[in-house]
Amino acid sequence: MKRSSFAAPYGIWMLVFTIVPVFIIVYYAFTMGGAVTLDNFRLFLEPEFIGILTFSLWLAFLCTLLCLLFGYPCALFLANRDMRRATLFVVLFVIPMWMNFLLRTYAWMTLLEDTGLINRFLEWIGVGRRRLMYTENAVLFGLVYNFLPFMIFPIYSVLVRSDRNLEEAAQDLGANAWLVFLRVTLPLSLPGVVSGVSMVFMPAVTTFVIPRLLGGGSFMMFGDLIENQFLTTGDWNFGSALSLIMMALIFISLGILHRFNPDAESNGAVW
Amino acid sequence: MVARRLRMVYLLAILAFLYAPIIVLIVYSFNAAETRAVWGGWSLKWYAELFRNKGIMDALSVTLSVAALATIASLTLGTLAAIGMHSMRGGMRQVFVQVTNLPMMMPDIVTGISLMVLFIFAKAPRGYGTMLLAHITFDVPYVIFSVLPRLRRMNKHLYEAALDLGASPSVALRRVILPEIMPGMVTGALLAFTMSLDDFVISYFTSVRTANLSVLIYSMTRRKVPPTVNALSAIMFVVVLTLLLIQNLREARAEKSKPKGVRSL
Amino acid sequence: MRLRVSAILIIAVIMLGAASAALAGGEVNVYNWEDYISEDALALFEEETGITVNYMRFTTNEDMLVQVRADPTNYDVIFPSDYIIERLVSEDLLEELNWENIPNMSYTLDWLRNPSYDPEGRFSAPYMWGTVGILYNTTMVSEPIDSWAAMWDAQYKNNVFMMDSIRDTIGVTLKMLGYSMNERGQEALDAVKDKLIEQKRTGIVKAYQVDETKDKMIAGEAAMGVVWSGDAAYAMGYNEDLAYVVPKEGSNVWVDGMCVPKGARNKGNAEAFIDFMCRPDVALMNFEEIWYCTPNAGAIALLDEETLGDETVFPPQDVVDRCEFFQDIASDITRFNRIWLAVKSAR
Repeated sequence: MKRSSFAAPYGIWMLVFTIVPVFIIVYYAFTMGGAVTLDNFRLFLEPEFIGILTFSLWLAFLCTLLCLLFGYPCALFLANRDMRRATLFVVLFVIPMWMNFLLRTYAWMTLLEDTGLINRFLEWIGVGRRRLMYTENAVLFGLVYNFLPFMIFPIYSVLVRSDRNLEEAAQDLGANAWLVFLRVTLPLSLPGVVSGVSMVFMPAVTTFVIPRLLGGGSFMMFGDLIENQFLTTGDWNFGSALSLIMMALIFISLGILHRFNPDAESNGAVW
Repeated sequence: MVARRLRMVYLLAILAFLYAPIIVLIVYSFNAAETRAVWGGWSLKWYAELFRNKGIMDALSVTLSVAALATIASLTLGTLAAIGMHSMRGGMRQVFVQVTNLPMMMPDIVTGISLMVLFIFAKAPRGYGTMLLAHITFDVPYVIFSVLPRLRRMNKHLYEAALDLGASPSVALRRVILPEIMPGMVTGALLAFTMSLDDFVISYFTSVRTANLSVLIYSMTRRKVPPTVNALSAIMFVVVLTLLLIQNLREARAEKSKPKGVRSL
Repeated sequence: MRLRVSAILIIAVIMLGAASAALAGGEVNVYNWEDYISEDALALFEEETGITVNYMRFTTNEDMLVQVRADPTNYDVIFPSDYIIERLVSEDLLEELNWENIPNMSYTLDWLRNPSYDPEGRFSAPYMWGTVGILYNTTMVSEPIDSWAAMWDAQYKNNVFMMDSIRDTIGVTLKMLGYSMNERGQEALDAVKDKLIEQKRTGIVKAYQVDETKDKMIAGEAAMGVVWSGDAAYAMGYNEDLAYVVPKEGSNVWVDGMCVPKGARNKGNAEAFIDFMCRPDVALMNFEEIWYCTPNAGAIALLDEETLGDETVFPPQDVVDRCEFFQDIASDITRFNRIWLAVKSAR
């Protein structure tokens, strides 16, 4: 028996539980009542659906930007050689990621609501209540909170493995700290940034839970729309078309990101 | 010196942001009062109540048993697949690698929905069984991608040497290959287990009859969350802490490995 | 060889799910609204009959309809509202009930025996009925609320909970504009869409939600919200500042029935379950848990004067008279969906 046949059960499994389901989605996307059509995709061109897509992209973009802004320094500092107890800190950053994200998001709800802890504190110091929940900013906040570690770790792991002699050489050649960062550290960290961006942007575009919990049903993102088509409206055809559009979007962005990746050796996996 | 201080302050500030909600949950788990509005003194009653709450306990046992079964199944399936894929050449191998990549790149919501549609098609009642099948499906790639690098690093002549010395293929597999790839299998199993524990989106679509903890918590956050859930969070936090410490000790002993895989929420 | 082993493994895994259910003496798959039953009643049913209840929950009629359409045989008892029963009947998705197995149906109030949505009384036994209205916090409003228009009043900016349920919210808006709740004309619907988007854009709406509203109203998170009467009665029991009104323009009166989907796997157990729910002491247990009007004369006979006089729970005749039932809108639901999506995605 050939050893390659060991993969046969897995091959059958993936055929049944990955390939066939995707084909069912493709079938639904391109048909309506059994007849082949592009109507499902045409419907997507209506302004409200395009609006939902652009809103999702915009929010995911902002989320990625904020994660990069706050996460990059974290990764940089964690990877710094002066950093004492670096491993302890890394573990501290990992732990929250492993807590159920629904529980953490729920905890934010109890902090942000009108009668929540933050507002009670604001009232106590005399500032008065603020509307913190059910706003676009609340959704953005929730996204950043949930995805920030996904930005920190890829950058950190690239930085920590990079060759420190390069930075020292640059310093010896007279470059100041900023120049070293701009010319040496930053380019070296790019692969990490690329995978960090993809690990934040993709889930942020597709999420439906966080906007629902923190946005009070007032903000519809692309993920919500898909969920809505399958679970509330029951329009599988349109929902399938939306799913395909989302998949295409993800694959295209992965492709683009891949081109930015200087050492693209990975086989397409997201990390 | 100043720079180091500033860096420390920054890191601590970000940590405070990440931990704030977790600390709130843990502190309130000891609150004797029913609502968050009042502090009724320290108490352990929600912990006692937690273990009496059938809904939460059922969801917990579903979560743990699905994770365990899915890990066992995906470990078997994935390890065999990795061994098979490793000995493949050219096109066939490419096909398998791409197929393995697919579920990792697909957004969870699409994976969940496509499986839901499949199960509806097959007229399978969506419950424990379908949830398990779905979990195995998204777990296997993690096992494969943990085991494959180990196989690549292995001396490929060892297996043939064992055969030449008269070992049957299954003995060679057990005595030569398995010990070599064991660390990869353990990493893969741990990844699979945690992915399965943490999953919400795919379980949400693939099961109506049975709720795991994530699905239960989701339906609770849409209504009133009982204080017992705070106690549950605190316990989960301690468990996660312990698991991570074990994992880190293990990794510290082994050489530096790839960063942990993370799936989208 | 491996292949065969793995095939057996796959089958074994699939069987596992089915087998675990089949193990017990019998089961009944119940698909009911969130927060809509007494847990004690479920436990009592299991204890008395030995039938295991697989209890599943839904949030809105529309969510439930999608699941039942996808696979009706998955559920044995479902709790659709009037207009959804109409829809299910017209799509041939319901089993006729065998009334011999449901003797407790005799406790049902006369006016709910042959309702408009099931005129021959073949497919449904009523579970609860109630109204849609405004639950408001008397300390947070300037005058008593009596009109849907209050929900568009700019002074209540960021203080209004709307219902994340398509027919209810569109129906309420139609009423506010002076139409029937079942109006389907494009002109009326366009006006509804504009009104709802305006309400959202001016920041009056705090959130669109369903089951969350009652607890958030108890906590004082908003001045008012659209709720079903039972949720109102429940919330008023926890916060005495709350009041409930069925606005003067009129509103929706509804009945949720118990039905058996076509091809249900455990029809006998389903009928036993429905019969159990119609037993006066059980109907009373449910009533005291969820505070909707019970259609069960036997349970009503067990209530005291004070409860019967509670106008939130038991609406007086003039309130019922200004309310109307939803009708099935068939394929026009697509237009309703588009409006609802436009509202939900408006910014």
